[in-house]
Amino acid sequence: MGKQFQLNSKKNKLRFSVTVTLKKDVLDPQGKVVQNTLLNLGMSNLKNIRQGKFFEIEIDEADQIIAEKKVEEMCQKLLVNLIIEDYKINILK
Amino acid sequence: MKSSVIVFPGSNCDRDIAVALEKLQFKNKMVWHKETSLPKSDLIVIPGGFSYGDYLRSGAIAGKSLIIDEVIKAANSGCLVLGICNGFQILTETGLLKGTLLRNKNLRFINRDVNIKVLNNQTKFSSKYKSNQILKINIAHNEGNYFTNSKHLDQLKKDNLIAFKYCDKNGNVNESSNPNGALENIAGIYNEKRNILGMMPHPERMVDNIISNTDGINLFSGLIN
Repeated sequence: MGKQFQLNSKKNKLRFSVTVTLKKDVLDPQGKVVQNTLLNLGMSNLKNIRQGKFFEIEIDEADQIIAEKKVEEMCQKLLVNLIIEDYKINILK
Repeated sequence: MKSSVIVFPGSNCDRDIAVALEKLQFKNKMVWHKETSLPKSDLIVIPGGFSYGDYLRSGAIAGKSLIIDEVIKAANSGCLVLGICNGFQILTETGLLKGTLLRNKNLRFINRDVNIKVLNNQTKFSSKYKSNQILKINIAHNEGNYFTNSKHLDQLKKDNLIAFKYCDKNGNVNESSNPNGALENIAGIYNEKRNILGMMPHPERMVDNIISNTDGINLFSGLIN
């Protein structure tokens, strides 16, 4: 029983990652401060840093297309502010 | 005049706005965010604070709370809605006001009195102010840097929807009188119908000479029929 449940739950679970970054034309003062600090630490060939957010999402769904649509909906409805942020969805193996 | 103040976990200016409204004879009710109906209101205020600890983005979680559906319905049917500070952030997250509030340009929490200029005195919120009147109002925020796309900015200017701009004590609007990096010094905006006002400064803190000044009073007294 326990083993069966484990197998099923493994089968039905899909994992995604969502990376949220500020759009190119939006100022990223936090990224700038991190960049300046790294330059001060001697990372002289550092060119540019943009700070963002990362989400790991587990979906109880076997069908990858349905699950991806769900994650897309999560991004649009809450995770991302579409005025200032871009996002990328990746499936995690 | 009946008002409702929406209270979220982390709201901290809800009592201040209630005191200001009651001082001006509003019949005010506090409404917890889990409520699914609003008392009959002429004015809904979304107060300042740190709703849900600013998790995800300032105002993002509060913007999806149960009571917000009712606020959106009321706003769309013409009810006056005022969002102050975190309330402004919440209104942008609901889509009732366009644009968003980014982290302050200098990355610091700013708490001080600033000057703002009344750009449009033809609305219910601003009718008691003179055009271009300069007010001294407190700001206290970490994300007050207003940003919107250029199309919306053009619309704000064309339709006279910019409520207030940060300025110096002589009324000059420029980079040195911009505390947080806000686009074109914008401190507050209206929606197209002008029944919704979002602003970063705190007028509810300026209703009594004992603790500050009374520059905020006209905003509330103008609403009383």
